[in-house]
Amino acid sequence: MAAPELTVPDLEINRRITILPLQEYYTSGHRTCQGCESALVMRYMAKVAGPRTLVTGTTGCMYVANTSYNSTPWSLPWAHTQLGSSGSSAIGTSAALKALMRKGKIPDERINVIAFCSDGGGGDMGLATLSAAMQDTRYNLLILLYDNESYANTDIQASGMTPWGAVTAFTPSGKRQRITHHRWKKNVPALLMAGHPTGRYFANTSSGFGMDLMEKVRTALDMDGPTFVQTHDPCPKGWDYDPRMSHELAVMAVECGITVLWDCLEGELRYQGISRQQVEGKLRRRPVADYLRRQGRFAHFADEDIDFFQSRIDEMWEDWILPGVLRVNQTPFGPGGSRG
Amino acid sequence: MTATEQATSGTPAPAGHEAGHEEIITGCDAVAQALRLLDVDVLAGYPIRPYDSVMSAVSKMIANGQMDAEFIVAESEHSQFEIGKHASLVGARAFIGSAGVGWMYGMEALVVTASLRLPVIALVGNRALDDPGAFGVEHNDALMVRDTGWLLYWVESAQEALDTTLLAYRVAEDKRVMLPCALSMDGAFLTHSQHIVRVPDEERVSRFVPPYDLGDRRFHPDNPVSIAPQFNEDWVMEARRQSDAAMRRARTVIGEATADFQRLFGREPEDPFVDAYRMEDAEYALIGMGTVGMVGKVAVDRMRAAGKKVGFVRVKWFRPFPRPELRALLRNVKGVGIVDRDYSFGSSSHAGVLYTEVTAALYPEPRRPVVAPFIAGLGGREVSVENMLEMEDSVERVTAAGELDPTCQWIGVRGPATDPRYEQGENPRTAEGGAR
Repeated sequence: MAAPELTVPDLEINRRITILPLQEYYTSGHRTCQGCESALVMRYMAKVAGPRTLVTGTTGCMYVANTSYNSTPWSLPWAHTQLGSSGSSAIGTSAALKALMRKGKIPDERINVIAFCSDGGGGDMGLATLSAAMQDTRYNLLILLYDNESYANTDIQASGMTPWGAVTAFTPSGKRQRITHHRWKKNVPALLMAGHPTGRYFANTSSGFGMDLMEKVRTALDMDGPTFVQTHDPCPKGWDYDPRMSHELAVMAVECGITVLWDCLEGELRYQGISRQQVEGKLRRRPVADYLRRQGRFAHFADEDIDFFQSRIDEMWEDWILPGVLRVNQTPFGPGGSRG
Repeated sequence: MTATEQATSGTPAPAGHEAGHEEIITGCDAVAQALRLLDVDVLAGYPIRPYDSVMSAVSKMIANGQMDAEFIVAESEHSQFEIGKHASLVGARAFIGSAGVGWMYGMEALVVTASLRLPVIALVGNRALDDPGAFGVEHNDALMVRDTGWLLYWVESAQEALDTTLLAYRVAEDKRVMLPCALSMDGAFLTHSQHIVRVPDEERVSRFVPPYDLGDRRFHPDNPVSIAPQFNEDWVMEARRQSDAAMRRARTVIGEATADFQRLFGREPEDPFVDAYRMEDAEYALIGMGTVGMVGKVAVDRMRAAGKKVGFVRVKWFRPFPRPELRALLRNVKGVGIVDRDYSFGSSSHAGVLYTEVTAALYPEPRRPVVAPFIAGLGGREVSVENMLEMEDSVERVTAAGELDPTCQWIGVRGPATDPRYEQGENPRTAEGGAR
């Protein structure tokens, strides 16, 4: 079976996207919730990857809501992989392509390999496979972690990437304990970046910043070797807000400094957009209360909880040498870092 | 005509079978030789004894340029098996393997490999499950996938390990089957013991096993398919039924492939499913899997020399289970002893898995033999010729006594195994103040 001819020009990639194809590779046929930002992320990801791409996806919203009842929104080849297998599915796929091309069993060409996972599948269960994927420089692959901050298709249970204090099905607020989710959200892109010096590209972005997201996905795909992109995706069902607020909340998370737009290209850390202006001191961070008070999952927060949340965010911007990215407050050689 | 038929039919049988060469190698090395001959594309390994020497052998061959493949050292068995599954989906010939609790750790990935109908081949170096930690053989590890759509085979010798690896890819990759296959090899007794093995030439192997072709399920940009979309009550029964049909068809394909194997490689003709030893006029029979076959055959020779009409049946393919063969072999036998190197606590007669399967297979027979269950050789304990004689003796005794439901006996277990206090939940040795 031959691939359909493209009627639009290929992407012109020079880190900045100037032309986008009209063609969609993630189309109709899914039953994601109204206001689902992760579905939008899939669409951006597929659009910018183009037709010579293989996608695997772990169990999660972007499995059960996308391919429900034997339907599919994917016009790219797509395969399910188990919840904790994003890294291993990417390695297996990429290794097979490499072996078959080297041996002349299939034509030699550039084929993108993308494995997506969720905060639960990637940040919790599949973390070891992400680590393995970032180590193996023989294989070209991108892991995209769509972070909607809970196990959202199984009835909203807390993951290791659910924000501190949020109400979920497993961390309710009760008469005796107001807060039952005690874990501060883990920072997976920074964790991978810090521990895997051979990884070519690590990025954090948000569904609210489509161009930033697409540029980061495209940059990752243009690199040889392992790459990782994480997106922050508001989820009306899991976060308990009016679906029309999805985009606004994504932007607000960045304005408050909770989500940081950054990437690390072969060891060079860069900030983008609002986050860059915040790092450079050109833009003040918005109070986190603006963001928290708009979501039902934080409705039980007392003022002291909001103050605690704000203090943690302040700390990551004011005390960390890599603001909003990595908790290193000082080095043996002095404060160092980007702020001198 | 299928690709397999095209590849082999009409091919004149080779003039001589001396092509290839002989080596003294272990069971694991024999499998590694087969993988080289099969031009396997992707292999994923994770360390656990005793299967792991196959991966050591393969990685050395790759490093030496004797084999061209991607070898991935995974970070867990779950990842190892998922890597194999996804490589197979792209169209690569894939190989994995494990042992004991490692096989269990990757269970989820094993299940989906079978339900996705991907012909990945695995080596299980049979090993006792933890706890307590033990390296020795028990068959419970591989048996755990017996209901999920894996073809299962127990080999007896290093030569059979090499031959069955070739056979496994041929059968698993056949369009009529498309199921994964796990080759079981008794840990230490076979994985690490050396035999004289005839290693065939590459040309003949490529004639026996045609290139792997996943057809319209191939995961490639030229074939934009969605693999394994989620479905529930609307289609799951039909999917399961397809796996069932594939397993049924596997019997035919195994028969054809074995006949072709004999023609191409000239090794002595055997029944594809069971290894029946001196069963022609047997009145009593012992049945087992794996290396106990060798011990069983020696014991049979001794008993025959003493004038007893005894035979041994080694079950080779466990899935699909050789029900027609066992019925034909056992319908005129008076008494049968099942040597289970595994357990199934709480099952019928508190016996092993093979006992449950064999008794179920014999149920439709109008005249059934007495079947006596034994559990022996757990955790790598040796099953001796004397143990075999003891079991046969016991079979004769319960048959003569007309016991239709003999008690399961643990052979070679220390302490008075038949002490009724065991069944009352006591440990007689402790009660007597003896050594624990």
